[in-house]
Amino acid sequence: MALDQSFVGRTYPPTSSYEVGREKIREFAEAVGDGHPVYIDPEAAKALGYPDVIAPPTFAFAISFRAAAAVVQDPQLGLDYDRVVHREQRFAYARPVRAGDRLSVVSTIESIKTLAGNDVVEIRGDVSDEAGEHVVTAWTKLVARAAEEA
Amino acid sequence: MTSKIAFADVEVGTELPARSFPVDRATLVRYAGASGDFNPIHWNEKFAVAVGLPDVIAHGMFTMAEAVRVVTDWTGDPGAVVEYGVRFTKPVVVPNDDKGAVIEVSGKVAALLDDNRVRVDLTVTSADEKVLTMSRAVVQLG
Repeated sequence: MALDQSFVGRTYPPTSSYEVGREKIREFAEAVGDGHPVYIDPEAAKALGYPDVIAPPTFAFAISFRAAAAVVQDPQLGLDYDRVVHREQRFAYARPVRAGDRLSVVSTIESIKTLAGNDVVEIRGDVSDEAGEHVVTAWTKLVARAAEEA
Repeated sequence: MTSKIAFADVEVGTELPARSFPVDRATLVRYAGASGDFNPIHWNEKFAVAVGLPDVIAHGMFTMAEAVRVVTDWTGDPGAVVEYGVRFTKPVVVPNDDKGAVIEVSGKVAALLDDNRVRVDLTVTSADEKVLTMSRAVVQLG
């Protein structure tokens, strides 16, 4: 079933803030097997010019995807979430996410297409800090595979 | 940011040190917890097969996280990554045996950009198949 094109350009209200903790960053870095001290040791982070430990580049997805998931599960959009797979992911960083950040996401539906019967939705998540400064933008492209013929 | 690589020292074609990253079921359980992505296709074989997958597969975002380590290890400063994007082309299948899977990553400088930035293109394979394509990072060098 084709999705409602009128959703393209729709922007959702900012999410409640996500507070980035040092231990969460450490846990994430350990989960990807990366022992870089800039993720773990505040002094090492300062030596590289950061006020506190920074997060690995893809950590931002853990924050942006919560917001994107709420959008794609909007029943009015009509996406079959059980058939959704992650097709593409992109980030553009103004600066690294770091411990102490309180981040909020504004999601926008950038495009809705149908390719070979599959619905393709791209969502942009603009992530800002408490001061309203842009930190990172995440683009997430999801594909809902067409239901198989019964 | 303080990249340990100088723009003047690279050219189109400069290769980054390649790396291999092993992944087993325990890796995926740990990543699920750290990332908050508890989709059962990443830890429940019965569920994965029922939705048409050959076996449990790695989180695409896990593979994306490993691939960029070739870039962050090279620059020494992960904050030097100013853009990063991938397409998830094939899943990394992770069998429940004593070996699991291996993600192989290599990278090279594909373009010199303004402001001492370069574009790095990554090649990411598992079991000899490309698992990510269009895998590119823009990196701020010194």
